[in-house]
Amino acid sequence: MPAAELRTLIETRVEERLGGRCPAALGWRPRPAAQTAATGIPEVDALTGGLPRGALTEVCGPGSSGRTALLLSLLAEFTRRQELCALVDAGDSFDPASAAAVGVELGHLLWVRCGKVEQALRAADLVLQAGGFGLVALDLGDVPSATARRVPLTSWFRFRHALEETPAALLLLTQEALTGTCAALTLQLAATAPKESLGLPAHARRLGGFSVAVEVARSAFARRPGSGMRTAFLADL
Amino acid sequence: MFFAAIYVPDFVVEAVVRAEPRLYGARVAVVDGTPPLVKVVAANSKSRAAGIEAGMSKPEAETMPGLVLRPRSPALEAAAHRALLECAQAFSPRVEETAADTLLLDLAGLEPLFGPPPTMAQELARRARELGLEARVAVAANPDAAVHAARGFAGVTFIPAGREAEVLGSLPLEVLFPDPHAESAQQLLETLDRWGVRTFRALAALPSVALSERLGAEGLRLQTLTRGVASRPLLPVEEPLDFEENVELEHPVALLEPLAFLLNRMLERLCARLAARALALNELTLTCMLEQSIADFRLQNAELAGRDPQDSAISNLQSAIHRRTLRFPLPTRDARTLLKLLQLDLESHPPGAPVARITLAAAPAKPRPPQGGLFAPLSPPAEKLELTLARLAGVVGEGQVGSAELEDTHRPDAFRMEKFGDAIQNAKLKMQNAKKLALRRFRPPRRAQVSVRSGRPIEVRFGPIRARVVELAGPWRTSGEWWTGEGWARDEWDVALEEKGGVALYRIYRNLESGEWFVEGSYD
Repeated sequence: MPAAELRTLIETRVEERLGGRCPAALGWRPRPAAQTAATGIPEVDALTGGLPRGALTEVCGPGSSGRTALLLSLLAEFTRRQELCALVDAGDSFDPASAAAVGVELGHLLWVRCGKVEQALRAADLVLQAGGFGLVALDLGDVPSATARRVPLTSWFRFRHALEETPAALLLLTQEALTGTCAALTLQLAATAPKESLGLPAHARRLGGFSVAVEVARSAFARRPGSGMRTAFLADL
Repeated sequence: MFFAAIYVPDFVVEAVVRAEPRLYGARVAVVDGTPPLVKVVAANSKSRAAGIEAGMSKPEAETMPGLVLRPRSPALEAAAHRALLECAQAFSPRVEETAADTLLLDLAGLEPLFGPPPTMAQELARRARELGLEARVAVAANPDAAVHAARGFAGVTFIPAGREAEVLGSLPLEVLFPDPHAESAQQLLETLDRWGVRTFRALAALPSVALSERLGAEGLRLQTLTRGVASRPLLPVEEPLDFEENVELEHPVALLEPLAFLLNRMLERLCARLAARALALNELTLTCMLEQSIADFRLQNAELAGRDPQDSAISNLQSAIHRRTLRFPLPTRDARTLLKLLQLDLESHPPGAPVARITLAAAPAKPRPPQGGLFAPLSPPAEKLELTLARLAGVVGEGQVGSAELEDTHRPDAFRMEKFGDAIQNAKLKMQNAKKLALRRFRPPRRAQVSVRSGRPIEVRFGPIRARVVELAGPWRTSGEWWTGEGWARDEWDVALEEKGGVALYRIYRNLESGEWFVEGSYD
């Protein structure tokens, strides 16, 4: 019997024997398609396919890059579907009025106001362990990068493990990527200069807003993230 | 028509043992009195068998090896009596409080619900045992026969109708008297003893006329009782539902762990009582009387009664009482969850002194199991959510966890924190422009130095940031609540600042009263 046929035969027999306990023991196990949730911003949905559930998504960017706009849009989408959300706010910077203005149902949002990063990590852990929340957001957006980098990698592994096989999505807002391979999706946001509002006196106009550039820095669902995986949306003020 | 009597022998001791289950099977006696005249007032059967009697002095009783002495606790006795009453009321709506240790139930019409009377008696005894009380139960066709059988026979007794005299005949005459040590009872018993009459059967056999001539109406009444033919209406108790458990500690507890141990037992009893009435609780109040307050309370209780509530003596007493109230969105009677919630609450709000007396009071409510919709999104189970909220409050502080509710005012950053879960309702479909930069607030606003030219900001300095204004909009003047004395008046600007990484948007404002500049937050 040729070696190739013999190998196929052995593999088939082994997989038949182990089939009940270990599917595809010697082959590739097909990865189940990730469940996703719409972000509320069509450009970002078209780019990423939505926010993956049961996984950690990291949104990085400097101040005024549209991270909070994306967060509030997600909160509005989830609460509109009557899912409960939790926001662990490390810098106590959440503005309920802004959230209500974009349609966030505040009664469905558990807001945990923290003073320290350690508190925020502990609170996020508790919320994830409780289960039942559709979206858990950990906002480290105002935490300096030097401080945020001191968060041990084991914390992110623990969060990833807690999320597995659950319908919850964990969103992490940071200034720069922290979680490495723990994140299923990492988005890098950047804003261009604000649009100028000409022709009107200062007291009679609003600032024009930004064009926010979104780039997929890492994706566990795409083979080669980075090249060509970027989009932009215009965020009003 | 049958009546059931529940009788708890050595009730005073049983009430103490119920609060300390490790004393089951031990020789226990209860002492009372003012030192040095402390005497044994009650003893259980094991200690009586070993020679302990009511009236012995405490030092005399202490010589008995293996005897556990406990002080008499009216609070524990009241709690045990209430538990017994609730056990009875779970069977019949017509319950008479014959004595502290004896209850009488009307079993009319209960057969379709609980089965024949002997089965009901067994079930009553089992329920009482679940509440920590070893009760004797007797069922008879008339109330007094049931009471005497319960007092006279151990375990469960059923007397078929018409056989009362036969069954009760062997009982001693002491059973006729709720307190055989009372003077009047002692006189009658002595008289009958001199006649050689010592049992029910002997008294029942005496000629009624001759007995009436010698002992009067009381003699005839007793004879009717011994014959088991006395008939009287039941006096049912109408007591409001009151779910409360008390523990008075001999030695004040200073640590939370032993306190939690006590609370666990109290909660289990409370939940068992609620379960017996098919109820749950939606509010739990823990009242800890602290060490110094309990002495003050005893001393001052009488003299404070008529004083002004604003009196300093009363306010001092109140400050020495540690009271915590937990409210739940869904009624529950899960003792483990309740204990964990109490523990978490006590960890964040510990009592200021050792605890000498604990009271747990529950507000009863009908259990309302959560109704999950087939297509409704997941939400955390109510008990788990309560625990998580309590743990979060322990991490970040109370008032820092909840859902925000906007206040009806134009005051900047006006919101209040509500308890999460109270405001969950069906969200209305709202389609808003989601692509909107949101404000990230600095709490409190950061003080800034702003250079102004022609009334417009041109440079902003706050913290490590010193940046040129490249674009701006404003000013917008807002003011309000000047009529309350806590008003505000300010000019707001939205500014784009040129920073190292690019351009960032901020909201700044100038306080019109002080003229100072602040950065309220950044747009992101």
